[in-house]
Amino acid sequence: MTKPLVLILGARSDIGKAVAHKFASLGYAVQLAARNASTLDPDKADIELRYAVPVTLHEFDALATETHEAFVMGLPKLPMVAVCAVGLMGQQAVNERDIAAAVRVMRSNYEGPASIMAVLANSFEERGNGTLVGVSSVAGERGRATNYVYGSAKAGFTAFLSGLRNRLSKRGVHVVTVLPGFVATQMTEGMDLPAKLTADPREVADTIARAVERKKDVIYARPVWRMIMLFIRNIPESIFKRMKI
Amino acid sequence: MKLSGWGRYPVLDARTYRPRSVDALRDLVLSEPHLVARGNGRAYGDSAINTSATIETQHFNRMIAFDPDTGQLVAEAGVLLGDIIAAFLPRGWFPRVTPGTKFVTIGGAIAADVHGKNHHKDGSFRACVDWIDIMGADGEIRRCSREEDATLFDHTLGGMGLTGIILRAAIRLRPVETAWIRQTTIAAPNLQSAMAAFEAAQDATYSVAWIDCLGAGGNLGRSLVMLGEHAECSDLPSVQACASFNIKSKRKLSIPLDFPAFTLNGLIVRVFNSLYYWAGARKKGEQLVDWDSYFYPLDAILGWNRIYGRKGFAQFQCALPLQQAEAGLTALLTETSKAGAGSFLAVLKRFGKQNSAFSFPMEGYTLALDFPVNAKSLALLERLDKITVDHGGRFYLAKDSRMTAATLRASDPRVDGFKAQRKSQGLATLFQSAQSERLDL
Repeated sequence: MTKPLVLILGARSDIGKAVAHKFASLGYAVQLAARNASTLDPDKADIELRYAVPVTLHEFDALATETHEAFVMGLPKLPMVAVCAVGLMGQQAVNERDIAAAVRVMRSNYEGPASIMAVLANSFEERGNGTLVGVSSVAGERGRATNYVYGSAKAGFTAFLSGLRNRLSKRGVHVVTVLPGFVATQMTEGMDLPAKLTADPREVADTIARAVERKKDVIYARPVWRMIMLFIRNIPESIFKRMKI
Repeated sequence: MKLSGWGRYPVLDARTYRPRSVDALRDLVLSEPHLVARGNGRAYGDSAINTSATIETQHFNRMIAFDPDTGQLVAEAGVLLGDIIAAFLPRGWFPRVTPGTKFVTIGGAIAADVHGKNHHKDGSFRACVDWIDIMGADGEIRRCSREEDATLFDHTLGGMGLTGIILRAAIRLRPVETAWIRQTTIAAPNLQSAMAAFEAAQDATYSVAWIDCLGAGGNLGRSLVMLGEHAECSDLPSVQACASFNIKSKRKLSIPLDFPAFTLNGLIVRVFNSLYYWAGARKKGEQLVDWDSYFYPLDAILGWNRIYGRKGFAQFQCALPLQQAEAGLTALLTETSKAGAGSFLAVLKRFGKQNSAFSFPMEGYTLALDFPVNAKSLALLERLDKITVDHGGRFYLAKDSRMTAATLRASDPRVDGFKAQRKSQGLATLFQSAQSERLDL
């Protein structure tokens, strides 16, 4: 019996790694894609030892969008599930003044991820099945003074995934949008996050695996975030603009 | 950040770091004045806390290589024994030595040189360690083993993380045919018969006793001695059970809140102990028990440390030499029973021979008790310390949270040698924990 195959884009991120472990534990063979992929050798060995599944490494640069078609064509096998955990938060204060930094955040969270998802979507559509998982963010649900550069790019990615899902829902391809909420990762290290709202990357990975299996559309790592975001989305702009959140 | 050990006492405000690479770790080693590594925080007291820099090793958690011919696993220090079991038990391998929780890291198991129910036969964790990679105060990584840099190897096992930062290790797993244990329970009405049961069971692979520390008079030391053997396929009722190592993970209970301090008072523990003893006495003979229930009964209750309330609890664990074990245990149990202090988890175990520089076990008996932290039990612990010292015993640093430097020195002539070794190798200033400062190690 051949094992199902999962592709992890942004495999060096904490969420990417956790998702790789989760799918490997479910018996999936794993393709890890990131820049300087060979530095993921220890992770490859670790996953192969723990779960006795094959792992391959693939050089991938989310910002080099012109290489994305060749990247997908060059995969030894088209995966059944592709998870995009690419992202870059940067620092809002820097992003406000340094336009080059801001553009890099925008490209890393929208242009790059949307581009690779678009290429994979076409291949999956042609094959007639597959699941695309995009890790976006609750920051994309409403622009806030504290991180709207990152948030706006995530908003774009969320809208892109929504459109993709709409387009492919009758073509056998499923699209999952992940809005994790706070997660204890390298990206948020040093931030003072409320424990009850902060998930471990493994929790996010569990939720993603469940969503893939049950064909969920939009998921949060912790259910409480659905309520929080419902509330935040519905605050009138005239009030929201004066709030500090 | 507020940090404590598993006993939740003491709680200290400590700065923590979680390096993601050897280079990041080296930067910390070369720039911080004092630090100590911390694995999964399962030592009970302040062994893995340094208030100025506690280095959490959770990102060093990768398995590196496994050799099915020798059972040797090479892994980074932050890998949990539970991870090893999850990965390798389905392939027929189990840790050679495991403590009573699977939530310990390899680094922590080496640092405390932990022991398991097979100590009388197989020795401490040291017995399964082939080599250790450890970063010294100069940021250099040295590989030590019985042959290579043996002094460093000897002092690192049981050295409580005070000889450097353990990065990687090669450990041996044992082949097993099934995931089941054949358990035999012996009801021992008093201490003498419990000890006799241990002496008669020297050939058993595993042996441990739950002991009723509130039993007095003729009931003093009343115990259930539990022996275990890895079951073979032919021991199992069906071929099916053998073919699969998968044992459904049981529903985990978790303690959602701190129990009020009065919950585990003497009366409740007394009633529990009686019921437990008689229930155990009734199921005499052999039973098949799955590995998780046999080795890690408490792991099924996540956060069980909260039953002692917000103030936490203190463990007492000593080892007594064989000759003085009976007298020492009798004195310890009499004192505990007299104080009426309810120790919920009381464990008695026969230790075998142990040869090492600073590890806890010695041939004889070990007794572990735990008490909620309050003035009364802290005073009792002082008395138990004295009884232990008077009977030639010593203390388990992985459990300690309140002993004095003087008591430690009175109990263990090896302390000054360990300290001198740290000094001569330039390790004493950098590698320090709240415990090592308290105990002047």
